[in-house]
Amino acid sequence: MHNFDFVKPASVAEAVKALSADGAQALSGGQTLMPTMKQRLAAPTMLVSLTGIAEMKGVKVDGRTLTIGAATTHATVAKEAAAYPALANLAGGIGDPAVRNRGTIGGSLANNDPSACYPSAVLASGATVVTSKREIAADDYFQGMFSTALEEGEFITAVRFPIPDRAAYAKFDQPASRFALAGAFVARFAGGVRVAITGASEGGVFRWAEAEAALSSNYSADAIKGLSLDPSGMIGDLHGTQAYRANLARVMVQRAVAAS
Amino acid sequence: MPKDHGIGASTKRREDVRFLTGKGVYTDDMRVYGQTYAVFVRSQVAHGRIKSINTGNAAAMPGVLAVFTGEDFKDVGGNPAGWLIKSRNGEAMREPKRPVLAHSKVRHVGDAYAAVIAETYAQAKDAAQQLADDTEIEELPAIVDMAAALGNTSNRVHDEIPDNQCYDWGWIEDNRAAVDAAIKAAPHVTTLELVNNRLVPNAMEPRASIGEYFPGTGDYKLTTTSQNPHLTRLLVAAFVLGIPENKLTVVAPDVGGGFGSKIYHYGEEALVLAAAKKLCRPVRWTAERSESFLSDAHGRDHVTKIELASDLEGNFIAFRTETMANVGAYLSNFATVTPTFLHGTLMAGPYKVPHVYVNVKTVFTNTAPVDAYRGAGRPEATYSLERVVDKMCRELNLDPFEVRRKNFITTDMFPYTTPVALAYDTGNYHATLDKVMEMADVAGFEKRRAESAKRGKLRGMGLSTWIEACGIAPSHLVGILGARVGLYDAATVRVNATGNISVMVGAHSHGQGHETVFPQIVASKLGVPESSVEIVHGDTSKIPFGMGSYGSRSLAVCGVAMDKALDKIVAKGKKIAAHMLEASEDDITFEDGRFSVAGTDKAKTFGEIAFSAYVPHNYPLETLEPGLEETAFYDPANFTYPAGAYICEAEVDAETGKVDILAFYCADDFGNIMNPMIVEGQVHGGVGQGIGQALVENTYYDSNGQLLTGSYMDYAMPRATDVPFYTVDYSCQTPCTHNPLGVKGCGEAGAIGSPPAVVNAVIDALQRGGHTHVTHIDMPVSPSRVWSAING
Ligand SMILES: Cc1cc2nc3c(=O)[nH]c(=O)nc-3n(C[C@H](O)[C@H](O)[C@H](O)COP(=O)(O)OP(=O)(O)OC[C@H]3O[C@@H](n4cnc5c(N)ncnc54)[C@H](O)[C@@H]3O)c2cc1C
Repeated sequence: MHNFDFVKPASVAEAVKALSADGAQALSGGQTLMPTMKQRLAAPTMLVSLTGIAEMKGVKVDGRTLTIGAATTHATVAKEAAAYPALANLAGGIGDPAVRNRGTIGGSLANNDPSACYPSAVLASGATVVTSKREIAADDYFQGMFSTALEEGEFITAVRFPIPDRAAYAKFDQPASRFALAGAFVARFAGGVRVAITGASEGGVFRWAEAEAALSSNYSADAIKGLSLDPSGMIGDLHGTQAYRANLARVMVQRAVAAS
Repeated sequence: MPKDHGIGASTKRREDVRFLTGKGVYTDDMRVYGQTYAVFVRSQVAHGRIKSINTGNAAAMPGVLAVFTGEDFKDVGGNPAGWLIKSRNGEAMREPKRPVLAHSKVRHVGDAYAAVIAETYAQAKDAAQQLADDTEIEELPAIVDMAAALGNTSNRVHDEIPDNQCYDWGWIEDNRAAVDAAIKAAPHVTTLELVNNRLVPNAMEPRASIGEYFPGTGDYKLTTTSQNPHLTRLLVAAFVLGIPENKLTVVAPDVGGGFGSKIYHYGEEALVLAAAKKLCRPVRWTAERSESFLSDAHGRDHVTKIELASDLEGNFIAFRTETMANVGAYLSNFATVTPTFLHGTLMAGPYKVPHVYVNVKTVFTNTAPVDAYRGAGRPEATYSLERVVDKMCRELNLDPFEVRRKNFITTDMFPYTTPVALAYDTGNYHATLDKVMEMADVAGFEKRRAESAKRGKLRGMGLSTWIEACGIAPSHLVGILGARVGLYDAATVRVNATGNISVMVGAHSHGQGHETVFPQIVASKLGVPESSVEIVHGDTSKIPFGMGSYGSRSLAVCGVAMDKALDKIVAKGKKIAAHMLEASEDDITFEDGRFSVAGTDKAKTFGEIAFSAYVPHNYPLETLEPGLEETAFYDPANFTYPAGAYICEAEVDAETGKVDILAFYCADDFGNIMNPMIVEGQVHGGVGQGIGQALVENTYYDSNGQLLTGSYMDYAMPRATDVPFYTVDYSCQTPCTHNPLGVKGCGEAGAIGSPPAVVNAVIDALQRGGHTHVTHIDMPVSPSRVWSAING
C-alpha cells in the first residue's frame, strides 16, 4: 500500500469539497478499495471517508418507500430493512460477518461488480440512486461491468426503493468468493414484474424482459420453465461455462419466484 | 470408563491454550534488534529469458540496503532433490539445478529472480517494484500441458532437458509383460482416465523466515516455518550455502500448518541468511498470501489412465496404471519420490490382486513446483483404484461392498507382500468394512434415497476402502530405492533433578498436538503426571538429529524413539534403585512410578531416584555415571499400514449441479490409539481436506501459465457449510507388529480415503437418478461440471 492522506467529513457538503481535490477518492466500507490498494492496484493520494456523515446512514421507511443511506452497512440493512424482507435477506447473504459489518450499499453500487448482489435488487425494484448531484433511475444507472452513470467527484448519498408486493432474491454462490455465480431478484408490483440477473452476464446486471413478461401474466415458477437466456453473452470462466450460467440464471429466477 | 490420564486418554491439547488466546509465537511474531526486510521480485511471466536487470535505480532508493539477483548465487550449490529415481531404461532422472534466485531464465509465474533488502517493508516493496520495471525479460511460450510438454524438444523448461521429462519410471518393470498378458487374457477390463487435481496447500500461516548472522562467532541462525528443522539445516548449510552445519542453528517455532508444504527448503531461506551475513543485520521475510499461492510447493497434479482386469464375478486379475505427474518448473525436495515410491507401491491397495504395474512419467512445466501434500502419492493411488473399482462394479452390475470383500487380503495372509513390493504386516480390512456399513446404515439407504427424491434431489452413496504406507521410513529400504537421507528419528529424555522431565524430540508439531500426546506416553511409562513432562521441539540447538514430521511419522517413528529412550531411563533407574535399596538389580521392579524390591515393601519413588542421579551422595559412582538423561534413535523396520473404509452419502441438485454431502462415515484401523480425541481431530481435518479436493479446490493455470486461482476469490477452500458432521470410529485395531507402541499413524488417512468416496457418491447419485451416461467426473466435482456432465 502507498501512503495517502485521510479525511472524514461530517456532511455531504464537506465531502463534496474534499472529493474535488486531485487524487481524492471516496472510501466507504473499504471492503473492495482496501484490498485493491494493498495490492497496489490503486493509489489514491487522499481517502475521503463517507462513514462519518450521519445523513448518509440508516434505513428509513415512508409508506411504500424504503430509503437507505449510502454509507449503511449490509449488516444494518439485514437488521433494519424489515419492511422490505427480500432486500434484508439479500444484505444478510453478502460475504461474511466481517464484510457485512463494514461493506456498504453505496460502495457496492459504486463498484458495480458484475457478481455483486445489490445491483440486482436496485434494478429489479426500479429504485432511485440519489447522489451528491442528482437522482438517477436504476435503469439508467448501471452501464456494464464496473461501470455506472456516476461522474467524476459524484457520490451516492442514498438509495430509494419502492417496496414491491412480493419479491425475493435467489443467489447461487461462486464456490470460492461466495459472490453470485448467478443471482436473480424478482419484484412484483401492481404494474408488473421486474426481474434482474446478476453474476451471469458479461454486461453486468441486466433485466430479463422475457421472464418479466411471462411472470407478469402468470406469476409462477412454471411460467419461465420453457424460457432460456442466450449463453453467448454470459460469463464463461473456470467456475462455470456460459451455458451453465444461462441455466443457473433461469433456475434462480424460478427459485426466487417460488420463495417470494 | 474413558481413561483420564496417560496412553488412551483424551487429554485436551495443552498447546491450544496459547494458540487460541493469541499467545503462540510464530516466525513473523518475532522482532529482532536491527532487523531489515526482504522483498522478492517475482516473475510475472511463466517462461522467459532474463535479458537484463538494472539494479542501479532500486539500489539508490530510500532505505535500500542491498539488492540480490541470480548472479549473486551463481556459484553456490543448488537445492537438491531428496530422491534419485531411475527411469525404466536404467538412466538416472534429469535433475536440473534449482538456484536460490532464478538465473538467466524464469520458469514459472512467481519464480523469484531478485530480492531487495531495506530498512522498512514499504521501502523494500517500492524498490522491488522499481527493480521489476528495470528488468527486461523476453517472454517464451509457456509449457503448461503435460502431454504437450513431453517430447517437445523445441520448447524446454530447462534448456538441457530436451523432452521436459524428469524420468519414465516403471514399477515393477520386470512384471510389465506378465501384467500386459494378464490384461489381454482377462474376461473384462475396465478403463478409466482421470485427473488428480492440483492443490495449493494453503497453510494458515504463510511461509516466513528470519536470517541472522553473528560476526563475533561466525554463527548463523535461521528462524523459519519448517516441519523439519534438521533437514532444512542440512539442505541450506551443506548443499546450498556451504556453511558448516555446526555454525547454523535452525529454529522452527510455532508453525501454523504445513500439510507438506513446509517440509522443503526454499530459496527464500538461503537468501535471508546470505543477506544477513552480507549486511551483518537480521533479514526477515514473510510471504504475502499471493506469494504463497505462487511459490509454495503445490500438491497432486496427476493425469492417469488406469485399467482393472477382472473376471465377470469381479475377482481382480490385474491393475495397470499410466500416469503423468507434474513436478512444475523445478524439483522440490520430495517431488521425485511422491509420484513413484509413495504412489506406485500403493497400487495394490488392500487387495490380493496378483498383477500390478505402474508407469509414471514425471514432467517439467512452467508452473510452481509440485511436491508431497497431505497423503503424498497415496491419495493419488487410492483415488485411481477406488474410482476404477467403482466403475467396474457398475459395468458388471456387481455390489461394490461384495466386490471389496471378495478381493480383500484376509487376516490369515499376513504378513503379505504385494506385487508392488510392500510387505503389509497386519490388518483387518473386512472388519473396517463391516464396521462402516453398520455405522452408515447401508440397509436403510433406499429409504433415504426415496425421501431425497421426494424433495427433487438425487441421493447417492460412495464407498472407498483405503490403505497407506506411513511411519516413514526404513532407511535401508529407502536407501536402495534412491533416498538421499535416512528416515529414522530421535528423542532425548532428560529427567531433571527435581523429577520433572524435558523430552527433546526430532518430530515437529505444526498443529498435530505432540506437546500433549508425547507426555501421555511418558506419563504411562514412568508413572508421572502428564503435567510434569514438557516437549521441546523445533530447535536444532536443543534437539537430537531427527527428521521432522510428515508422512504420519511423528508417533510411529519419533514416538518409538522416545519410548526406547524411556526404556533406557527405567533401566538406569533400576540400577540406581538397586544400589539405594541394597538389592540386586534383577530383583528391582518398576511400576506406577515406584522402584521396588520384589517381594518386599522396600521401594523408592521415581522422584527419589532422579534426585539421587543428580545429587549422587548415595550412588554407585564407580560403576554408573550420574545424571538421568537418555537418547535413542529409532529406524523403523518397516512402514506401518493404517487402513480403513469410508462411506459418503451425498445429494445432487440436478438443476444446479450442486453437491451436498449429507453424511460421512469413517472406520479406520490406526493400530493402538494414544489419544482418541486427537485421532478424531486428525481424521476430521484430513476428511475435510479430501472433501475440499473432491468438491471445490482446484489450481488452474491458463495456457500462458498464468495462475487463474491465485487468491481466495477464485481458489475455493472447503468451509464449515461444505462438510457434514463426521462419524468416526477407530475400534478395529490391529496393532502394528514391528513397533513397541503398536501405532500406525493417522495424520493423512482422511485426506487419502475421502476423495474417492465423495466422487463415488456423486456418480452413484447420478446413476440412480437415471443419468446413466455419466460414469466419471473429474475433481473438483463443481456445480458447473456436474451440471455439464448431466446435460452433456
Ligand atoms: C470476502 C468478501 C466477500 C464478499 N461477498 C460479496 C457478496 O457475496 N455479494 C456482494 O454483493 N458483495 C460482496 N462483497 C463486496 C462487498 O459487498 C463490498 O462491501 C462492496 O463491494 C464495496 O462496499 P464498500 O462499502 O466496502 O466500498 P469501498 O471498498 O469503500 O469502495 C468501493 C468503491 O466504491 C467507491 N465508493 C464507495 N462509496 C461510494 C459512494 N457512496 N459513492 C460513490 N462511490 C463510492 C470507492 O471510491 C471505491 O471505488 C464481498 C467482499 C469481500 C471482501
